[in-house]
Formats: sequence, structure tokens, C-alpha cells
Amino acid sequence: MNEVETPKMSCKELVDVITEYLEDTLPTEDRGRFERHVAGCDGCQAYLDQMRETIRALGHLPPESLSAEAERTLLEAFRGWREAARWAE
Amino acid sequence: MRGAAKVGVKQSPPMGEQEASTGGGLDGSTRAANAERLVAALRRGDEDAFRKLVEEHGPFLMRLALMHVPSRAIAEEVVQDTWLAVLNGIDRFEGRSSLRTWIASILLNNARTRGQRERRVLPFSFLRRRAEEGRDEPVVSPDRFQSVHDSYPGHWARPPAEWDSPEERLSTEEARRVLLAAIAKLPIRQREVIALRDISGWSAAETRNALGLSETNQRVLLHRARSKVRAALEPHFEADELTR
Repeated sequence: MNEVETPKMSCKELVDVITEYLEDTLPTEDRGRFERHVAGCDGCQAYLDQMRETIRALGHLPPESLSAEAERTLLEAFRGWREAARWAE
Repeated sequence: MRGAAKVGVKQSPPMGEQEASTGGGLDGSTRAANAERLVAALRRGDEDAFRKLVEEHGPFLMRLALMHVPSRAIAEEVVQDTWLAVLNGIDRFEGRSSLRTWIASILLNNARTRGQRERRVLPFSFLRRRAEEGRDEPVVSPDRFQSVHDSYPGHWARPPAEWDSPEERLSTEEARRVLLAAIAKLPIRQREVIALRDISGWSAAETRNALGLSETNQRVLLHRARSKVRAALEPHFEADELTR
């Protein structure tokens, strides 16, 4: 009976709301529709897995940093700032 | 008290402090306490405290700066300028936003200005990208789905294929190049959001505060960014299937 009020989610709709699902901001009813759909759809299961893998890979990019030279310059600037501050006191 | 605080600060943090209250919510009190200690030490001119801050926050600052400007050298300048603004403004930091949110907002102010200036002399690809900023194309190409004339409209016509050992294959040098190239193609706001959320692992609340975005906006930008990066990785896996 509920089927009439809550139409099944299509794959197209699923890819549009996937971030809301992952962010846990999807309304309860849509969350249910989302999960029921994924349970019966290999394509969307793969899509969901791929989104999670993408997020994981982004989190594992090697960290960026200043070059050693830029960091040295920065520390010199820090000492300059400290000196200026002391003189001003 | 500190004379240096008065000179050379071109900007105060651009983001309204009013959104700051939720920013620290997911931080954990330990991080907040640590930050407070470092800030106090920095005000006393403690070099170790400064080094610690640079070590802790340097990576995300560099990452964010690189999203805006075309070269490493310029990104480094932007990061250096940011730290100087942090030092000169540290007496005014009131801890109403988290420390890194505050630092991020200073960097963004610098980087956006610098990025705009650099872009004036940059090739067409940059201009074209800017023109595309607002365009709202679907995140998955419509031809991947069945049309109204097919048996199951709105369902996959060409479903995504399961990725084979993704963890391993996404950690290769080649995959990283694909990832970074995909990010570089995103509109700037999407790049900022994905850099903070997914690359640096920030919470939605902190990201929103640092970038001055509404909850919905943050999520929409993240959604578009992630979806496009996933799409860029797809051929990487498919090509792999063919050659294996």
C-alpha cells in the first residue's frame, strides 16, 4: 500500500541524491527508498562503491608542503616579526 | 601591546564571526585546547609554537593555495603572506571560530585576489573555465540512462562496472595524476570545497564557515565536485580492463 505514496527511486534520481545520502541529510523516507533501490540494483551499488572509493582516494593524496627554502624564509620572517614586536614594547 | 600587530595587516578575516559557533562543534575539545595553547605561545613570540602551527596547517594551506594560482612558486608566496597576516593579526584572534577556519579564511582572501590577478594574463582555458562556473550540467551524462522511449526510463542504460581492487589501483601515481587533473578542471568553488572536505578531511560545518557557504550550497558544491571526480576516474579503470 505504501508503494503508491513512495514511488521507487530511479537510478537517475539516486545519483543526484547520493551526496545527501552519504552526508546523512536525506529525509528518512528517501533514505529508505535509496537503500531499497541499492539493494536491488548492481549498477547503483557499483556507483555508490565508486563514490566511496573516490572519497577515500582523495583523502589519501600525499600532503602538500612548502619547499625547505620557503620554510626557511618564513622562519626568518617570523624572527623579524618577533623583533619588531619586542622593539615596539 | 604589540606594535607589529598594527602594521601590514591588509585584511581582517573576511568571514563573519557569527557563523563560527558551530565551527568548533566537531573539532573535539582537545584540538581547541591545543590551539589555544599554541596561540598563547605565539603571542609570546615562541618559535616552536610557530613551527608547530606551520607543520600542522601548512599542508592544507598549500593545497588550497594551489587550487587558486597557476604555479607552486606563487602558491608558496600566498602561504607565506598568509602566515605573516596570521602573525600580525594573532592578537585579534578571539577564538570564536576555530583557529584553522580563521587561518583558512585569511588564505582564501589572499589566494582569491592573487588568483584573479594571475588569471588576467592566463590562457583561454582559464577564461573558459570561469565562464563555466555557473553552468548546471548533469553530474552523470544523460546518455548513461534509459530515455522515456526505453523499457525502464531513468534506469541505467550503461551501468557503471564494479571497480577491480580500487584501493590498490587508486593509490598509483597515474591515478593521482588523474585525480588532480580532474580537480583542476572543476570550477573554483567546487575545488575549494572538495579540497577542505575530502582532501583535508574537514567537517561540513568547518568547511562552510571557512568558505562562507550555506549548508545547502556546501553540499551541492561537494556533490558536483565528487561526482565529476568519480566520472574522471571511470575511464581510468575501463582502460585498465582492456589492457590487462
